[in-house]
Parts: sequence; C-alpha cells; structure tokens
Amino acid sequence: MDAAAPLLSVEDLRTHFFTVDGVTRAVDGVSFTVNAGETLGIVGESGCGKSVTALSILRLLPQRIGRIVGGRVLLEGEDLLGLDIGAMRDIRGNRIAMIFQEPMTSLNPVLTIGEQIAEAVRIHQGASAADALARAEEMLALVRISDARRRLGDYPHQFSGGMRQRVMIAMALSCNPKLLIADEPTTALDVTVQAQILKLMLELKERTGAAVMLITHALPVVAETCQRVIVMYAGRIVEMAEVTELFDRPLHPYTRGLMSSIPRLGAAARQKRLTEIPGLVPDLRKPVIGCAFAPRCPLADDHCRAEAPPLTEHLTAHQAACWKAGEAA
Amino acid sequence: MTAPVLSVEGLTKHFPVERGILRRAVAWVRAVDGVDFDIAPGETLCLVGESGCGKSTVARLVLRLTEPTSGAIRLGGTDITTLSESEMAPYRRKVQMVFQDPYASLNPRLRVGQIVGEPLENFENLGTAERNERVGAILAKVGLRPEAAGRYPFEFSGGQRQRIGIARALALRPELIVADEPVSALDVSVQAQVLNLLMDLQEEFGLAFLFVSHDLAVVEHIGHRIAVMYLGHIVEIGPKDDVLAEPAHPYTKALIAAAPVPDPRARREKLVIEGDVPSPLNPPPGCRFHTRCPFVFGRCREEVPLLKEIAPGRRAACHLLDQPA
Repeated sequence: MDAAAPLLSVEDLRTHFFTVDGVTRAVDGVSFTVNAGETLGIVGESGCGKSVTALSILRLLPQRIGRIVGGRVLLEGEDLLGLDIGAMRDIRGNRIAMIFQEPMTSLNPVLTIGEQIAEAVRIHQGASAADALARAEEMLALVRISDARRRLGDYPHQFSGGMRQRVMIAMALSCNPKLLIADEPTTALDVTVQAQILKLMLELKERTGAAVMLITHALPVVAETCQRVIVMYAGRIVEMAEVTELFDRPLHPYTRGLMSSIPRLGAAARQKRLTEIPGLVPDLRKPVIGCAFAPRCPLADDHCRAEAPPLTEHLTAHQAACWKAGEAA
Repeated sequence: MTAPVLSVEGLTKHFPVERGILRRAVAWVRAVDGVDFDIAPGETLCLVGESGCGKSTVARLVLRLTEPTSGAIRLGGTDITTLSESEMAPYRRKVQMVFQDPYASLNPRLRVGQIVGEPLENFENLGTAERNERVGAILAKVGLRPEAAGRYPFEFSGGQRQRIGIARALALRPELIVADEPVSALDVSVQAQVLNLLMDLQEEFGLAFLFVSHDLAVVEHIGHRIAVMYLGHIVEIGPKDDVLAEPAHPYTKALIAAAPVPDPRARREKLVIEGDVPSPLNPPPGCRFHTRCPFVFGRCREEVPLLKEIAPGRRAACHLLDQPA
C-alpha cells in the first residue's frame, strides 16, 4: 500500500460524556487513518459515535460534559490533543475544515456572506481585507453561485438551503485545508439539491486535493461518493473496507443488516418486505459486555455475549469486529 | 370499480402573507393549486415531492386540519369541506393521521394507554375495562407489550414512539390513514420495521393510506400509486411501477436520477438538475418546472401544461408529451 505516512491518524480514541444520568461512552476505542486526498466515509445510525469522533478530532466537544479520556489524534504526525487553545485555533478552518449538517443555523445571520468567508482567510492567511474579499468572491464562483460579486453583500437569509450549503463549502475550502470533515452535509437538503452538492464536493476535492471524511447515516450516499468506508456501532468500529469490497462482501452482521434494510429503487418487485434489524441500539451509559451488537444479532452465541470481538483483518484490507465474520445467517 | 374512500377535486390552498396592523394580505403563497386524485379502499397513494411542493398541506387539508381555499374533499361520496365541526365528527373517525415527528406528536404528560385510548374515549362509549382491553389489543397489533400502556412516551425510542402514533391512528378502525413522512425521522433499521408494520396492518384491516414522502425508494416499497407534486401541482400520477420504470415528466425523471443508489459500481453520470425549487410565493409562469427543466422550450414559459391522460390510469402534465416523438 501507500508508504507515505497517513494525513490523519486516530489511535484508540475514547470520548465520554459526563452527565447527571451517568457516563456515556460515546466513542469507545476507535482507531483509523485518513490518507492524503482520499474520501473516507463513516456510516452508522444515530448515537453510534460518528459525529462525536469528528468533534473530538477538532476538539469541539461541549465543554465540561464531553471529554476525550484517552487516545491520540495525529495530524501529519502532530498530536492535536496536546495542543493549547491558540494552536488548535490555527488548525480549525485552516488545515482541517468542517461542514455541518444544518445549513440554516451554521451561518451567522448578522454577517454578510462575504464577511463570513473572508474572515477565515484573513485570520489564517493574514490576507488584507481586500484580498480576503477577493478570495471570497473566487470561492463563491467556484461553488457556482452566480453573480458572486454582488452576492458577497447578501445575508444568509437571502440564500436557499442548497445555496447556504454551497457557501459552507466555499468557506471550508477557502484556506485550502488538507482535510475536510463533512458531517451529514446533505441530509437536510432535498434529493435533487443533495445530488448537486455531493457532485460539487467531489469535484472540488479533486481540484484542491483535500482529503474528505464524510459522516453520514446513509449507505447509498457512501456508495456514491467514498473510496473507503468505516461502519460504526455503539461507539466502536465494526467494519472497515474499501467501498466496493464492503458492498460486495459485507462481513459484519450489522453491516449486512443495514444493507438489506435500505429500501432500494427497483428492488420492491423482487422483495416485498424489507429486512429488519430487530431490537434497539444499546444504552451506552451501561457497560457493554461482549459484542455490543449481540442482542440484535442473528448469529450471536455465548462467546459473543461474553467477550468483545477485536477489529481484525479477515480479507485483504478488510477488517471486521466479529467472532463470526462472514458466516451465513 | 369500487367507490373511492377519498376523492379530491380541484383542491386549492392559498396562504395569505399578511403585513401591517390591519394584517392585510399583501401576497399569497400558492401552496396547493388545483389538485385532483382518488384513493380506493385498501390502496396506498404516495405523494412525493421536495420541500415546499405542497404535499404536507394536501395531507392536512384532507383532514381539514387546514381549511381549503377551494375544491372538494369527498369521503365516501360526501363533500366534507362545507360540514360544520359537529357534522364532521363521524367523518373524523374514518380518517386518522400519523405524523412525522414521533417526539413532538405524543403528549409527554399522558401515559401510552391514555394516548391510544383517547380516540376511543371521544368516539366510543366503552367502560374502562373494555377500553383497556381494546388498547391492549391495538398495542399488540403494532408490536408493543401490554405493559407499555402504563408508561410515558419518553421511555420509548423513536421507532417505538412511531408505533404508538400508529396505534392511536388505528384505534378507531379508520378507512384511511394519512401518514406524513412517518419514517423519515427514523434510522434505516427501524424505518424498515415501521414500513413492514404499515404494510401488515394494511393487509389485515384493508386500510387505505395517503402516504406523504420525499423518498422514492420508500414509496416504491409501500405505494400502489404515486402522485408527484411540484410547487402545488401534481405533475404526474399513475401506478407505481409504471411511473418509476417509465417516468413521463422530466421532474419525475430528475427525482429518480437524483436518488442515491446503494451500489458503488452503479456510480453514473446523473441527470442532475440545476438550481433550487422556486418560491411558491411567486411561482414561475407557464409550467412551474420550466426554470429547472433540461428540455424547456418556448411554450413551457407561457402556458401551464394540463394533467392529461397518457395511458390508462396514468396522467402527466408536460408540453413535451404533446410533441410528436
């Protein structure tokens, strides 16, 4: 494989939330790497820890409640968890940029679009106000907002949802980040607009050479955009593989369950009922003994309920955390 | 052919945009602008479209949760749009609703038994014991244990809450259930559970559904017929398989093309349509889709295309269909 060191390396990351109801192990020992220029998808359902992983990398966890209790996050060899606030600020929006799910609330309503894009350029690259604004105009044109110069003076409410997400992308890419973390960037958008935004993100990624970490609950979105995929469940990685490999040979019963529960266009004629995953996601405030998926798993036995399976390589570059990886249900 | 459960004709809703102390209407949002459709007993009609197309407003109009500006809504042959609140009562029990948000649509201070029993209390004169028995039976139908009746909504997950909402809608044995995006707030694995439940209940009770959704793959699983809406108009309506396999309207084609496919080998050049849905406050003249349509020509900008029959049971509204191929 690639001899070069990975761009980002997350090692045994553990993030816990300390609340009155107890300690929630939101991320419970997650390790993975992101290589320069690649598109890595992180999929899972609500509460699996995918967003908390992203927030931990950027150290944007809610203060006092959320804490990284173990692990390392290495960006080009440098541990981000050891940096002071100032040094961390130099990284956010500069070497690692993030796009959030809500295009309606992640822009400042009282600043113009131009000011918001220019701000990051001014701060991180020390550009003059005029140069920063010129860069903002260039970025707006790049994300295909017509009449970019005039629209620099507009406020967020004058933009539709799809256009606001374009502005977010423009802002995120304005400082040429090495890594772009996109947390459900298209979930709040209509399907036709979603298709436009995904296409735009991939085109711009090619142009700028940034690596993309795409966090989503939707396997179809991963299938259409990513090179490598991580599947998370209950704060842990359950499967990791290259995208075609994962869809051709899913090893973990949870991944298989997810794949067969997605309604597919064109599949209804063949299969009337959807395959369900019975039961519920476990409560992460309680200690998980054995495999977290065991209570919902058709293959689970006493071994699964007693001992948590480690993430191991079962096929070439294809890892799964399951004692029965690949066994037929 | 059996008489339809629901028949909607020329249904229109214009919301006023009010300004000033006199709350004078300065403009109108044309949310629903002349919509016609029927639903047969035991049938699922899906309303599909993007935000602002008017699909949720249609759902609310059918229940008269919103009063229509004009048009007729016939339940079993009776136009309910002119009925008074008391005259409406017998029709209310025939049509029930399941809402999108399983968190906001259940009263947090009521126990599940009270939530599901409330329709029975309102419409049927039952003793407590009999009512509890009915509630228990309905909860069992939606896959909840009888003990659930004594618990509060916060003790349940999103998928289970949606089951409670479905139980409440079922309590009166309605003929038609209006479901507005009932699975879009749920995780995929749970979404499959709820969709299967809805299909099972339909089979068992012969329920008709008006199912509002933005997700074509979900619609393909649950629907018998599909109506595609765009900016307050139905642009295409017909049997599910025909509409999805051979969409007639360019907007339907674009919706199908835009739906992501869970197969990494199927990445393909898509018909990605440009731009956003225009504001229903000021919809484009002519065909409302002409600003985004890749096949637009002169006539589309001036003349509104009518919904015309293109095959038995199928109608579409597009000028291209008049052109010789």
